[in-house]
Amino acid sequence: MSGPVLARYVAARLFQAALVLVAAYTVTFLVLNTLPGNAVDAITGGQATDITPQQLRSLQVSFGLNRPVWSQWWLHLSQALQGNLGRSYMTGERVTSLLAANFPSTAALAGTALLFALVFGGGLAIWATNTRSGWLKSVLLSLPSLGIAVPSFWLGLMLLQVFSFDAHIFPGTGNDGFKSLVLPALTLAVLPGALIASLLAKSLDAALAQPYSDTARAKGAGPLRVQFGHALRNALTSTVTMSGVLVGQLLAGAVVVETVFSRAGLGELTEQAVSNADIPVVQGMVVLGALAFVSINLLVDLMYPLLDRRVVLGGRSTALL
Amino acid sequence: MTQIEELVAIGPAAEAAAHPTKAQEVVLEPGPRRVGRARYAASYLARRPGLLMSILWMTAVVLAAFVPSLFTSASPLAVGAAITAPPSWHHLFGTDQIGRDLFSRVVYGSSLSMRASLIAVLVGLLLGGPLGLVAGYVGGPLDAGLMRVVDVLLSIPALLLSLAVVLALGFGLTDVALAVGVAFIASSARVTRGEVLKIRQSPYVEAARAGGARQGRVLVRHVLPSAVEPLLVLAALEFGEAILYISTLSFLGYGVQPPAPEWGSLVADGRDYLNTAWWLTTMPGLTIVVTVLAANRISRAFGRVDR
Repeated sequence: MSGPVLARYVAARLFQAALVLVAAYTVTFLVLNTLPGNAVDAITGGQATDITPQQLRSLQVSFGLNRPVWSQWWLHLSQALQGNLGRSYMTGERVTSLLAANFPSTAALAGTALLFALVFGGGLAIWATNTRSGWLKSVLLSLPSLGIAVPSFWLGLMLLQVFSFDAHIFPGTGNDGFKSLVLPALTLAVLPGALIASLLAKSLDAALAQPYSDTARAKGAGPLRVQFGHALRNALTSTVTMSGVLVGQLLAGAVVVETVFSRAGLGELTEQAVSNADIPVVQGMVVLGALAFVSINLLVDLMYPLLDRRVVLGGRSTALL
Repeated sequence: MTQIEELVAIGPAAEAAAHPTKAQEVVLEPGPRRVGRARYAASYLARRPGLLMSILWMTAVVLAAFVPSLFTSASPLAVGAAITAPPSWHHLFGTDQIGRDLFSRVVYGSSLSMRASLIAVLVGLLLGGPLGLVAGYVGGPLDAGLMRVVDVLLSIPALLLSLAVVLALGFGLTDVALAVGVAFIASSARVTRGEVLKIRQSPYVEAARAGGARQGRVLVRHVLPSAVEPLLVLAALEFGEAILYISTLSFLGYGVQPPAPEWGSLVADGRDYLNTAWWLTTMPGLTIVVTVLAANRISRAFGRVDR
């Protein structure tokens, strides 16, 4: 391993990630600034009749609305770079502290969902590649397309109806304990689980057909050892590449799932913010989504050479390890 | 050769005999391969019952979108029937809390859902396609710059991006459709660029350029037509996604205003009656699932694209 190559690679990736984040912030800023109304309308609920022109003026100055758009953009961006995402129009709280307060609940939900997705999606893929019954295989492989077609809001309501209202197995709503986490996490897990299952099944099939699997079999490795020791290890690389998309999906999906199950969290916060035209909170959530996506991808990029030793860095032919 | 003979020689029947067209050549060919197009399609579909059912379902949904009265005589807004009656022969999907026929509401809702999905897909294609076309064809720094913009758009989870756009545009079904379309721009641009890069290398494009055709002409007459097919595959795929996203945003309450029946908002309306009237959420939701499944199955029959 050559140190300088690695250092340059990491530095370049970090710089790129930071640029993407700034650009994502800018895109959202521009989108949200095409609003027909503006911050003052949002704060006063659009009924600015009982406000004196002087008050209106000072509000506009306070929110920087008297400046040109690029200057507003720079004002917001420079604040954001210092970790200040503004204050909610509804409650006046800092967006960063709102996000931080709601993060643990959503992280628990998304983490559990990811676990379900990996266990069920991965299990399905492994089962489908190993079964010898043709019809079972085709049934199993058709499940992911069903999972992709089911709207999560509807699935959540169906689960509520069956497991909560009819069977009283799980509580329908709320944030207390693991029991209240099961149904929302299952709902949230379906889409990423379906994606993992279809991708993994495809790459497992491909890996099992590779010469190294034949070699392993020829050397006397049992089916389990070939499956888990050789094929799965290599097939996982394609799934790991998708992690950024999966995490983005989990965050976005939380908006729907937390609304359906009336769970407090980032998703519910976002849903409320959109309904109330609370621009800073929506902007903060979009930036958080982009941050999650970008940092997971960064992590994957940095881990890639460890997963697959054929990967070379920065277009150089020097192998890292 | 006399004039008459000349005329005889160029008559359409004689012409056809002298230069048999492709179709005639096929007929003249002996052997078991002589299968008409319709029969080929029929046997292709017969071996794929899922695809056949998907096509039938989508045909019905599109028909319902244009001529809902073909499927139901009940009005989607009339409140005459019994309140929250379960599904029966008379009310296939039951009735809602104020006695409207749910089946009729779902049928009439298909027009809203289909229209919004179509808008979303078109917005994605019309804004993203040209971006990818120019990026792939011009190449160089412009390509690199445009693709960085695409990367940035892809870094924002689609639903969050749509939410921001919906907040900017205001609430309503068209706004929701536009917002979902914006989330499709990046993938359309990426697919178009990939196809253009492939096509740009092909001999007939080289030939056109070597023959002295101008850049714009090569792009429009030679590159674009070949890129259309993968774009149609992408459009078919995105159509299913669009139905899901639009019904999701409608469910959250950013789409149609009541009493207009959109599929996602129908599910939202039934939400308060989960305990007492299961059909109010189950039926519209099942309609969404089956429609998305059908759209995805049809798009897979068209081919695959890498996004």
